[in-house]
Amino acid sequence: MNDPFALWVYLSSTPLLWLTVTLCVWIGADWLALKSGRNPLVNPVLLSIIAVGAVLLATGTPYARYFEGAQFVHFLLGPAIVAIAVPLVTNRKIVMENLLPLLGALLAGSVTAIVSVVLLGRLFGLPPDVLLALVPKSVTAGVAMGIAEQIGGSPSLTAVLVVLTGVTGAVLVTPIMNALKITDYAARGFSVGLASHGIGTARAFAVDPVAGTFAGIAMGLNAVLTSVLAPVLAAWLV
Amino acid sequence: MIAVLALLLVCQLGGEILARSLALPMPGPVVGLILLAVILLVWVQRRPDLKGTLLDKVTTFLVGGLGLLFVPTGVGVVQQLGLLGDYGVGIVLTLIISAVLTMLATVGAFLLVKRWTGRRS
Repeated sequence: MNDPFALWVYLSSTPLLWLTVTLCVWIGADWLALKSGRNPLVNPVLLSIIAVGAVLLATGTPYARYFEGAQFVHFLLGPAIVAIAVPLVTNRKIVMENLLPLLGALLAGSVTAIVSVVLLGRLFGLPPDVLLALVPKSVTAGVAMGIAEQIGGSPSLTAVLVVLTGVTGAVLVTPIMNALKITDYAARGFSVGLASHGIGTARAFAVDPVAGTFAGIAMGLNAVLTSVLAPVLAAWLV
Repeated sequence: MIAVLALLLVCQLGGEILARSLALPMPGPVVGLILLAVILLVWVQRRPDLKGTLLDKVTTFLVGGLGLLFVPTGVGVVQQLGLLGDYGVGIVLTLIISAVLTMLATVGAFLLVKRWTGRRS
């Protein structure tokens, strides 16, 4: 295979290339985030999406072909959610001490996430199909897509909105909480995990292990509560 | 290493089976999380601590790298560029304001309930 174009055509159709690109871009983005001193604005998820997206657009690679390689990373989302049981059990003492605040915050946050996104979306003139896709945006990707399907939204649009919400919360949480002088890391972590699921949880773990644990708990609990609330609230609001 | 991955997958699979067959409102991986937590709670009755075990290391690695796992989904934005062209500003403003409101409501409720329950005890 001496022709570089033929080599490209071959490689670009294999899962190997796109899996490797995803991992290498992530390493570069995470390195930049580390170099910035974990500055919230230098979010590795956002940087990676922009870089990989640009490569796909520049090379005219369809998303479906990219995903054939990237699915091996994507698959780990499920086991990673199960894995949150470990920090949950290791930190069970502080979790039990904060059980009531945690449940109160869960209810307040979950309802606010759903109601605010629909009302704001209406205010900004978004069409009903986009509103439906927005309803589960604070829930982790796989679960949110299931909820969207159930209430009549587009799962693939929801997936993108979920990631955008995740990045938004991860970028904003530290400046907001610092401005409000909130030093309770359980409360800080719980709020970003609820609003911004796994991407918020990753940010929380980068800041503080207790914040990370509470973010993980919030992500899990909000997935459950939103699965119950979304069909009811969506029928009422949209 | 393989045993830890197998344990996570077994819990996830068990979670999927339970969620589907009992028509639970919870997603499979979340039921899997509960299953693993129950297993670990029994485990820590006999063994003093999970810290430093292989299970702890592998799961810390997985949860710590959570951001990477969202990249394939996020790249799907290339399929939605047309829609974002039409409604991009509205969608971005909606997401930002809603995320801020959600975090404020959550952290506010957390601290408020903590203050109430703290006074009572």
